[in-house]
Amino acid sequence: MAKYGLRTVALVYLLFLLVLPVGLIGWRTFEHGAGPFFDALSSHSALHAFQVTFTVALWAVALNTVFGIGAAILLVRHSFPGKRLLGALIDLPLAVSPVVVGLALILVYGRFAPFGGWLENHGIQVIFSTPGMVLATVFVSLPLVVRAIVPVLEEMGDDQEQAAHTLGANRWQAFRRITVPGIRSALAYGIVLCLARALGEYGAVAVVSGRLVDQTQTLTLYVEERFQNFEQPAAYAAATALAVIAIVSLLLTKLLRPKDGDR
Amino acid sequence: MALSSTSTGSGLAPGPVRAVRRRKNPGTMLGLGTALIYLSLIVLIPLAAVVWKSTGQGPGFFWKAVTTPDAWASLQLTIGASVVVALVNLVMGTVIAWVLVRDRFPGKAVVDSLIDLPFALPTIVAGLVLLALYGSDSPLGVNLAYTRAGVLVALLFVTLPFVVRTVQPVLLELDRDMEQAAASLGAAPWTVFRRIILPNLLPAMVSGTALAFTRSIAEFGSTVLISGNLPFKTQVAAVQIFGQIENDNAVGAAAVSTVLLVVALAVLFALDLIQRWGARRG
Repeated sequence: MAKYGLRTVALVYLLFLLVLPVGLIGWRTFEHGAGPFFDALSSHSALHAFQVTFTVALWAVALNTVFGIGAAILLVRHSFPGKRLLGALIDLPLAVSPVVVGLALILVYGRFAPFGGWLENHGIQVIFSTPGMVLATVFVSLPLVVRAIVPVLEEMGDDQEQAAHTLGANRWQAFRRITVPGIRSALAYGIVLCLARALGEYGAVAVVSGRLVDQTQTLTLYVEERFQNFEQPAAYAAATALAVIAIVSLLLTKLLRPKDGDR
Repeated sequence: MALSSTSTGSGLAPGPVRAVRRRKNPGTMLGLGTALIYLSLIVLIPLAAVVWKSTGQGPGFFWKAVTTPDAWASLQLTIGASVVVALVNLVMGTVIAWVLVRDRFPGKAVVDSLIDLPFALPTIVAGLVLLALYGSDSPLGVNLAYTRAGVLVALLFVTLPFVVRTVQPVLLELDRDMEQAAASLGAAPWTVFRRIILPNLLPAMVSGTALAFTRSIAEFGSTVLISGNLPFKTQVAAVQIFGQIENDNAVGAAAVSTVLLVVALAVLFALDLIQRWGARRG
């Protein structure tokens, strides 16, 4: 009987915390059919928000993928003093509130900060513009690719890479022919995690973007703005679109996740 | 998760290959330099700027900024709510992990996949979703909008996976022979749980709870809509910081930010110490 008790407690908790709220949004969005949903998403502002969101996310994912591969190889294949510290610093962004991320970037790259002012004089506006939003998104998703690759690189060992070297392969050949195929699915897993995080980021982007409608407004900012302006159908439609993206990426990560059950 | 995962896999690769000592590599230094520049430009210098902004004018100034009535109230609410959220997660996360591992029922795989949804869902969507069910036009007739209970529900939503996902793998690996032995010697189910299962699960439960706590004190997006941003009542620290940034009070925002950073790092550091102590103890 205790078994059924625990099962009921767990399922009721999940029902009221997770299933009913998410299900209700889906129902609210589609209660008058799919037409209003697509109409709401094809307004000028919504389409612009989609475009900004994907631009920022793709930049952030590209940067973090290159950094992630490099940092993972550094952490696993090389030895140097302070390696533990580097690992801890890479994980640091997970402990920082998104709003603090935004504030931190403003304090360095804002127009009135020394460095930000210097950049502005050279024609580069960071805050309230795309570069700042990319920086904020890179910050919040920084560890994801590294942490996806590191365990796989460790497990692979470097026998094959060394064998390739003895057979006359140069570094790039060994990397491209041996390392990349070995980490491919872990890399894809990390990229999906990073992309999902980047598309869904709200707090850090809210601070650095200035939330300029039709300029720096991402989808998440669009959801908030429409909701506050009592345009609930538009807010629900965009929220549902984001939820669908989240669920698809969740399913992808299930497929790609390393199978050994570890984290 | 944070500090402990960096040690390179001990004993994974066969010994002889590992034993080959690599020569000092100019590539290492170049890579390390590039990684450090990237980290510095995006993470380290900006965070240092936050700490400097709030403490650069002396501790008195910092203290004054942290103890303005609304900043202090928001910090109290954030810490208090996060403790409650962490404890609820400790219990409910363990129960859910237990049910997912030891129970069998149709649809279990679906429930298991659902657990990660709060991580995947954008926080603002989480807030909107909860407000639809627990807001002023709630179909259940439960209106938690602009209340502290609403803030708690939002924090519980976004922190759900932490304890479940740390306890679940440990529970899966747990050897059931000992439990059966204890039961055959006449131990009641509760005694078996308390004396055999709980000691094995405790490290995972603690680390999941600590991670849920650090996430909870940092949370912004999911609380924005449901809290209604009422100072002294529902305004959590992250939302308070956001308001200060909008009001161009960078020093005040940086002071509260510094408190959040220090608390999060202290918890993660303590967790790392406990984990390493636990690993040494075996």
